[in-house]
Amino acid sequence: MAAGGLAHAGSYEDALPAFTEDSLSDTGEAITKVAASGSPLAASLLEALSDARLIYSAAEKRVFIKTRSGALTDAATGREISGSPPADIDTVRVNNRLRIAIEAALGSLTLMAPDPKRRLDAAQAVFKSHQENVLPALEKALEAETDPRVRRVLSEARAAVLLAKQDTSAAAKIVAIQVVRDRGDLDALALLEGLPADLPPDVLAAANAASANIKNTLAAWDGVQNAWYGLSLGSVLLLAAIGLAITFGVMGVINMAHGEMVMLGAYTTFVVQEAIRAMAPGLFDYSLMIALPLAFLVAGLVGVVIERGVIQFLYGRPLETLLATWGISLILQQTVRTAFGPSNREVGTPSFMSGVVDLGGLAITLNRLWIIVFAGVVFAALLGVLRYTTLGLHMRAVTQNRSMASSMAINTGRIDALTFGLGSGIAGLAGVALSQIDNVSPNLGQSYIIDSFLVVVFGGVGNLLGTLVGALTLGVANKFLEPFAGAVLGKIALLVLVILFIQKRPRGLFALKGRAVEA
Amino acid sequence: MITRRLLEAPDGRGWQFLAILAAAAVVVPVLNVFVPQSSSFHVTTTTVALWGKYLCYALLALSLDLVWGYCGILSLGHGAFFALGGYAMGMYLMRQIGTRGSYAHPILPDFMMFLNWKELPWYWYGFNHFPYAALMIVLVPGVLAFVFGWFAFRSRVTGVYLSIITQALTFALMLGFFRNNFGFGGNNGLTDFYDLLGFSVRAPKTRAVLFSLSAVALGLGYLLAQAVVRSKAGKVLIAIRDAESRTRFLGYRVENYKTYVFTLSACMAGVAGALYVPQVGIINPSEFAPGNSIEVVIWVAVGGRGTLVGASLGAVIVNYLKTMFTAGMLAPYWLFVLGAMFVLVTIFLPRGVLGLLRRGQHPGNQPSAGADPSNARGLTPPAASGLAGSRASSTPSHSPCVGEGRLAQPAE
Repeated sequence: MAAGGLAHAGSYEDALPAFTEDSLSDTGEAITKVAASGSPLAASLLEALSDARLIYSAAEKRVFIKTRSGALTDAATGREISGSPPADIDTVRVNNRLRIAIEAALGSLTLMAPDPKRRLDAAQAVFKSHQENVLPALEKALEAETDPRVRRVLSEARAAVLLAKQDTSAAAKIVAIQVVRDRGDLDALALLEGLPADLPPDVLAAANAASANIKNTLAAWDGVQNAWYGLSLGSVLLLAAIGLAITFGVMGVINMAHGEMVMLGAYTTFVVQEAIRAMAPGLFDYSLMIALPLAFLVAGLVGVVIERGVIQFLYGRPLETLLATWGISLILQQTVRTAFGPSNREVGTPSFMSGVVDLGGLAITLNRLWIIVFAGVVFAALLGVLRYTTLGLHMRAVTQNRSMASSMAINTGRIDALTFGLGSGIAGLAGVALSQIDNVSPNLGQSYIIDSFLVVVFGGVGNLLGTLVGALTLGVANKFLEPFAGAVLGKIALLVLVILFIQKRPRGLFALKGRAVEA
Repeated sequence: MITRRLLEAPDGRGWQFLAILAAAAVVVPVLNVFVPQSSSFHVTTTTVALWGKYLCYALLALSLDLVWGYCGILSLGHGAFFALGGYAMGMYLMRQIGTRGSYAHPILPDFMMFLNWKELPWYWYGFNHFPYAALMIVLVPGVLAFVFGWFAFRSRVTGVYLSIITQALTFALMLGFFRNNFGFGGNNGLTDFYDLLGFSVRAPKTRAVLFSLSAVALGLGYLLAQAVVRSKAGKVLIAIRDAESRTRFLGYRVENYKTYVFTLSACMAGVAGALYVPQVGIINPSEFAPGNSIEVVIWVAVGGRGTLVGASLGAVIVNYLKTMFTAGMLAPYWLFVLGAMFVLVTIFLPRGVLGLLRRGQHPGNQPSAGADPSNARGLTPPAASGLAGSRASSTPSHSPCVGEGRLAQPAE
């Protein structure tokens, strides 16, 4: 490894004695020289310097690097020293100014690294530190660079350095400002705002215009980002609330155990993934597809059992239903806690759902995107089932006029059980989706139950469209309130707003009109 | 005259209840303080504190029974009023710590010093005086209940809607009190108390006196609640519970009666919370948790809804069982028991334990199944299906949950 450094070995080794002078300005010069030497040992020396692991001996004019294991190596050769170290060793001191110089130097060292990812990171680091002394290295790297992305960042870094340099001409500075403006992110804004005020007036004007431009773009992206987060939260709320809209909205049953159906769905996903990991690891990417029908069945069956076992005795007594289902939710939670333990369970993400897509200034996580799509599909499917299938027809008939439906030879008890099973099964589907973004623990359902009730009540009971609008409104409103009020206060504000809204429209956003509401 | 009204109210079982409370208020402290520890009649301080806690819960259950059992308002947020009363008491106790805190600041409580606050927030003023704190214990829950009830009942929010927004209320308060900058100690709440009116809250004698006070408060609360339900207004409350729209048609201002009883009940819950805090030595935001408030409902249901005595009894029974279970090997099974209690009591014991004892007697003014009978008989308008038939979903006509006897809003 020493052979690779031979070409520049002279300048690297020549720089070393400067570290033994115990003078900050000498050390600074030495850093520049070491960085310019191109020696393969330079990076480890600079890292040691910034970690306070660079040791010198003033008497012997030698410099050592203390490795992380505590051994001393000779900085000139990189080999471990034999025998005992000199008696007068001391750590080379650095201050903040030198730290910045070290960072910039390290950045310039990796500008020529063979891996484009490392070159990119280095260029970004140089953009942020924009030290003058990297300019030669930067120019050299820019000439040699072939990757267009790295090239762009390198030229941005070069512009940043030119802006920071005292003796750049005004015209060159204005060109540099254009380059920085086109970058258009927070770092660019910070750079432009940090320019000294004594620049020529036309440069200052260009800088101000550029930073205003960046601010506008950022504000617009911020709005888009908030809307996206809101949409994502809204879709989660929709998934959690849509099953409730069936049991509460259509059947009029207050199901406090609804959150636990979501939890059962999430745990089904966990079990399916464990089984796949144990038996057929190749199928892992399909684990969610396999879990979906199973979660629907598990939660749906539990729902049917609850309806037949408890709720059928309590029709017409909504407050009692509320209490009984609360009891069931406690039992289900404790059952899962006993079976799977109280701690969070790890549910993996299939490869097609992990990752981020950059869309302009917007970072879209794929799992969120899939959940939005999934919520839409589930909603549309449910609407279709209710409107176009015999089961849906029977459900509507029974909920509208039980005795009349019964005289038309509809088995109302069976329909009740199936409706409840459908609502619970959809909660199970929601659980599969939520296992991707939330902790799978026995308390999973609890965190959604109040929100889901608010969505259904806000949207209007007995109206699936209301649930859709309610969920999206609450989701987006929550995310737009958060930047002003903080996450918790935003949530409180939203609760208060919904409470006030219910005062104004006790039947929700989309209230049923006419005589139907008197029932 | 007020005394006469109060004393005329209880029936036979009420007097038994009061007699037991009075006996407990005298005997338990005596057995704790004057009987030597070696004697088998000695009651340990731990037991006194535990039963003192049960009595506070009993008062809370009583206050909930007043609104749920007699007016049909199922509040899932009564824990909030309890906690607010507790916080008012906690603030008084915090101010009494003075220079004994870790930071030894004469005015600011430790948690404010920790947060580097320079002066006391305005809402902490006055809490160093006990009469002011005592006033706040009643006033804060009362005013909140009044404002909340004013809005909710005026706009005729009833049934499960009301239950859910009371739950949202306590949930919002919980989130708020968890925040440090709210000025109530955040996560940790208020704790490490020393003095109450100059007596050490940790001394066994103070504990014994607090136990007696809790018993007395429960007794007074019972007398007050009984007087309310026996009064003329009480009859209207029962009428509202059983047929709200019919009562309104008869010319009663339903919302005024509801606001009145809801506010009164919140004040009682506040007193219960205030007595609870010095006995357990801490108040923190988890008291606002929605689960706690629902648990109060099951105490009332287990004991017997609409009986007052039963509510108190239920609170003691359930909490005694909870202590038994959670202390020993059976701890993991407690939630199964509690859950089963919710299910079984609502299906098989709609009148609770007290209803079992009174089986065969005339049910008197026991609440019906909880629904408005005029609706339960099913006055489903035939036109409903025609109106709603074209929609994806429809109104739940076989269950009066949504309507529960209230007038339809005029169609917009």
